[in-house]
Amino acid sequence: MKIAVPVKLVPDLVEELAIDASGESLDYDWLRLKLNELDDHAIEEGLLLKERHGGQVAVIALEDECIDEVLFTASAKGADRLVKICSRPSRNASNHTLVSLFAPLIQEIQPDLVITGVQAHNDLDGSIGPLLAEELGYPYLGYISGIKADNGSVTVQKEFPGGLISEMTVKLPAVLGIQSAEAPPRYVAFSKIRQAMKTASIEERPGVDVVLAPGATVERMYKPEMGAAAEMVEGPPDLVADRLVELLKELGVI
Amino acid sequence: MAASDVLVIVENIRGQVSEITFVLLAAGRELVEKTGGSLIAILLGSQAQVLADGLGADKVLVCDHPSLADFNPEVHHQVLARLIQQYQPRLVLFGDTSAGADIAGTLSSRLGLPLVSSCRKLTACVGKVAFTSQICGGKIIVEGEVPGPTALVAMIPGEYKAEAGQAAASPLIEAIPVPDTSGLRMSVKQYIEPETGDVDISKEDILVSVGRGIQNQENLGLAQELADALGGVLVASRPIVDQGWLPASRLVGKSGKKVKPKIYLALGISGAPEHVESISGSEVIIAVNTDPSAPIFGIAKYGTSVDLLDLAPVLTEKVMQSKSSR
Repeated sequence: MKIAVPVKLVPDLVEELAIDASGESLDYDWLRLKLNELDDHAIEEGLLLKERHGGQVAVIALEDECIDEVLFTASAKGADRLVKICSRPSRNASNHTLVSLFAPLIQEIQPDLVITGVQAHNDLDGSIGPLLAEELGYPYLGYISGIKADNGSVTVQKEFPGGLISEMTVKLPAVLGIQSAEAPPRYVAFSKIRQAMKTASIEERPGVDVVLAPGATVERMYKPEMGAAAEMVEGPPDLVADRLVELLKELGVI
Repeated sequence: MAASDVLVIVENIRGQVSEITFVLLAAGRELVEKTGGSLIAILLGSQAQVLADGLGADKVLVCDHPSLADFNPEVHHQVLARLIQQYQPRLVLFGDTSAGADIAGTLSSRLGLPLVSSCRKLTACVGKVAFTSQICGGKIIVEGEVPGPTALVAMIPGEYKAEAGQAAASPLIEAIPVPDTSGLRMSVKQYIEPETGDVDISKEDILVSVGRGIQNQENLGLAQELADALGGVLVASRPIVDQGWLPASRLVGKSGKKVKPKIYLALGISGAPEHVESISGSEVIIAVNTDPSAPIFGIAKYGTSVDLLDLAPVLTEKVMQSKSSR
């Protein structure tokens, strides 16, 4: 089974986010980018399918500062093909724009299955999966947490609110948006990543001219006021614990 | 049919209209009251006419056929692409959900229409429609203009009350043709009910909930001990369940259960919009998070930025002491 996994980078939410001087964008000078967590799950699901059914996993990303490390990490985990699209749209580029870069390359690869994270926390114009599926002419299902390959089709578990799962069959080729891989993304030691950096190679492909898709105009970006609702209890842990115990007593919990 | 009409996609699964539908209708109602358009709901399903009762729309377009009993995005694409072209509305509203996101993205690509997602609020003013979206796990608010003449919007709950999208009277119903379902590339095999596990977390009064801040599986014991001391149940946000540290029956969030405990003690949970929505029925939320800008503090009644790993063992001990001294 030939599997393609397009991935994207997102701001690391562990870091403090800042807005730039324009007030319309995150300040990318002051934040760290990391692989979209659900794309990491998509890579894992691709590798699990390969281990079960054989085949090849290609991980595809757009050029950015730390993208080589992301791709070599995928290689160290078992990805067979690493592709970097040498086009660097604005970091505020819409998913429509990213899809217009991913689609021609994926068309060329002709995968049986495209797996991608069902969403990223900075999506503002839908997620990559359904936009890409339509460009490729493939069917799409998102919120997937399990995939079993049959002959020419896959059976997937699609999650609905409240925990209900719809088991669906989809004809291949198809695009699936992963909510969670069947196992947590595997850990890979840095020594293996270093080894991959020496042995694996990244194919560099030119990006096509991007036709900007219609998108929403961002006029203002800001951080919500926090703590407005919460009465904050601060101090050393034992004093905070004393106050919380008082509160829990007042609330009749203890 | 007018250029200021708002279409709302009725999300229903196994004969039940999802709450997000009423949120969409509430948002749509506010808009058309200002712009003068009609609020039109679109409902696909089997025996769907019954589901139209209670929808706060001016009109419900119903596509009713046994083959539509299960959610299949491809069928929605066919029906909606035709209706959007026919009505040319100002907006088409979807839930930013498992069902809605599948449909909205594809239609955006197919029809070349702009799509705004993670949208919490829509405002009509001076001939324009403005959106407010929440991104980066609720840490960033984005405002802007929804492009015209027609745009798709995928909405998250939080701003509008579902009750405002309900109606006591039956709305006007118009039957629409059933699409050809012969060439579909996907089908539903079966439904799998959610795991109930050992406890039903939606019925528990005291929940101790852990998020990414718990750091590793070994630390889970600290939260479990605190839950035990309080006589409560340990639950978690999505990343913890995805790591396999707790079973899916303990998941609070988008694909998990909505909870309404007396006390929700959130340990190391940032408060992404979907999590916040699932705990909004809690009587009292106490949040413990070292990041003072974590969105969870926006909904919590009490909060502290003390490290949960320092606080949990001390709090457990003091709760035990308090109980034994009674």
